Amino acid sequence: MTVITFENVAYSYGGGELLTDVSLKLAPGSFHFLTGPSGAGKSTFLKLAYAELRPTSGRVTLFDNDVTKLSRDDIARTRRRIGIVHQDCKFLDHMSLAANMALPFTVSDRESSPQDMDDLLGWVGLKHLADALPPQLSGGERQRAALARAVIVDPDVILADEPTGNVDWEMSLRILTLLVELNKMGKTILVATHDLNLIRQAKAQIQARVLRIAKHRVQLAGADL
Amino acid sequence: MRLPTAKPASPATRALEVVPPSGPTAWLTTFTAGAMTFLCVFALALSLASGRLATRWSEALAKTATIRLSAPEEQVQIQTDAILTALASTPGIKSYRLIEDAETKQLLEPWFGPDLPVEALPIPRLIEVVEADPPYDAEGLKQRLTAEAPGAVLDDHTRWRRPLAEAAQRIRLLGVLSIALIGAAMAAMITLAARAALATNAEVIRVLRLVGAKDSYIARAFVRRFTLRALTGAAIGAAAGLVGVAALPAADAAGGFLTGLGFTGAGWLWPLALPPLAAIVAFLATRRAAFQKLRELT
Ligand SMILES: Nc1ncnc2c1ncn2[C@@H]1O[C@H](COP(=O)(O)OP(=O)(O)OP(=O)(O)O)[C@@H](O)[C@H]1O
Ligand SMILES: [Mg+2]
Repeated sequence: MTVITFENVAYSYGGGELLTDVSLKLAPGSFHFLTGPSGAGKSTFLKLAYAELRPTSGRVTLFDNDVTKLSRDDIARTRRRIGIVHQDCKFLDHMSLAANMALPFTVSDRESSPQDMDDLLGWVGLKHLADALPPQLSGGERQRAALARAVIVDPDVILADEPTGNVDWEMSLRILTLLVELNKMGKTILVATHDLNLIRQAKAQIQARVLRIAKHRVQLAGADL
Repeated sequence: MRLPTAKPASPATRALEVVPPSGPTAWLTTFTAGAMTFLCVFALALSLASGRLATRWSEALAKTATIRLSAPEEQVQIQTDAILTALASTPGIKSYRLIEDAETKQLLEPWFGPDLPVEALPIPRLIEVVEADPPYDAEGLKQRLTAEAPGAVLDDHTRWRRPLAEAAQRIRLLGVLSIALIGAAMAAMITLAARAALATNAEVIRVLRLVGAKDSYIARAFVRRFTLRALTGAAIGAAAGLVGVAALPAADAAGGFLTGLGFTGAGWLWPLALPPLAAIVAFLATRRAAFQKLRELT
């Protein structure tokens, strides 16, 4: 089984093709970085990988299901197996941080165990902010909260879009450590970033592969980082 | 810090909480539903009253016309025979019947007591006429009676009652149409309100989809809210309408149209059906709007 498969995928927002002829497979338990200049299509690639966008041609397969054949409810169910850290960490601003983190449970009419929630808040270092509203959080706190929300339902895959986008180096390392820990627990990880230092740091800790978007294509980068 | 481990909110309550409170515009839906239901109570009262009136008048139509004969004693039998002969040869009459003196006495008994000496009183002879379809020509019959039995008077009430019964039926139809229009207008207004709420909360919906919410879950939050608002508003509107109708002067024995406007017997149950109906309308309208809107998002 592969977790995510792209076969000759192309995507266009209406103008020329942003991504062309993308073919790749993400195996279970793998750790990938996705890099490329701003506007290259990293977020677009991730959106294809969690079925927010459908390919204009080619085929995207999630957990061996062709996304074009998934109903809206199937997509909702598939997303419960994918933890998504959105580039702008979307939250429900009227609900507390704790309630936001429990949201993936709430929307599937399941209960989150208070113990798990407590552990998770401790893990991302946000215990003291459980009752805060999202607009009151700093950029780094939001990103850690988004990561915590992505992993709360114990997903098989984590797709993180610039998870260290607006935090200092020290905080970037903490977030990277969290991702590496998740990978060691067997989760498949894909991180979009243009922070090459972060990639180098990760490669020192685990076996990570790097995908680079250049000239509308996604290629596996060599060891030349 | 421990998270509150107290009794967690039920899933249904939490479905309401994921959509932010809608603030001061929320009461507009309640108000609209209330006003519409208030109007609907009166449309209903109008329909039911005109329905009753139409039925009463139509029944009267199916009944008879009466010929009254008042003549000097020696003329009575002669003129009676003349009338019966005339009726026998008039087309458009289904049947006719001479009302015997005994029966007349019975009819008068409640007013004058059992010992009424009918013979001694100038009580008119009565002949009941049942019209056929098509009916007889009343004007023609009147003229013929004037010629052959000058003491006879044709008391023909069907002529003026028929247009009234027809009018009452029309009014009932208009009432029913008004109720349908009020329902449709409420559906339209709730659809607009729901669409506005969905548009305002597009970002919330996007977040919910991102964390794996199904359309039905998201729709539920909106549908519940609007259904409850419509139900509340309609309950208030129906109550106010009922008070208004109850405050109208009671229908008197004369059964005039205006004083008859109201509910009788089981008719009082009709307005009670309005709040649930309004809730159903709101439920369907919001649900439709929600699924339409959701299909635009991924
Ligand atoms: N909804 C959209 N409609 C039209 N064009 C879009 C849309 N979203 C993105 N684009 C365009 O597609 C291109 C790629 O966008 P994308 O967000 O995937 O880039 P990115 O690699 O994630 O950039 P960054 O590193 O700045 O986040 C950009 O040129 C952007 O303007
Ligand atoms: Mg991006």
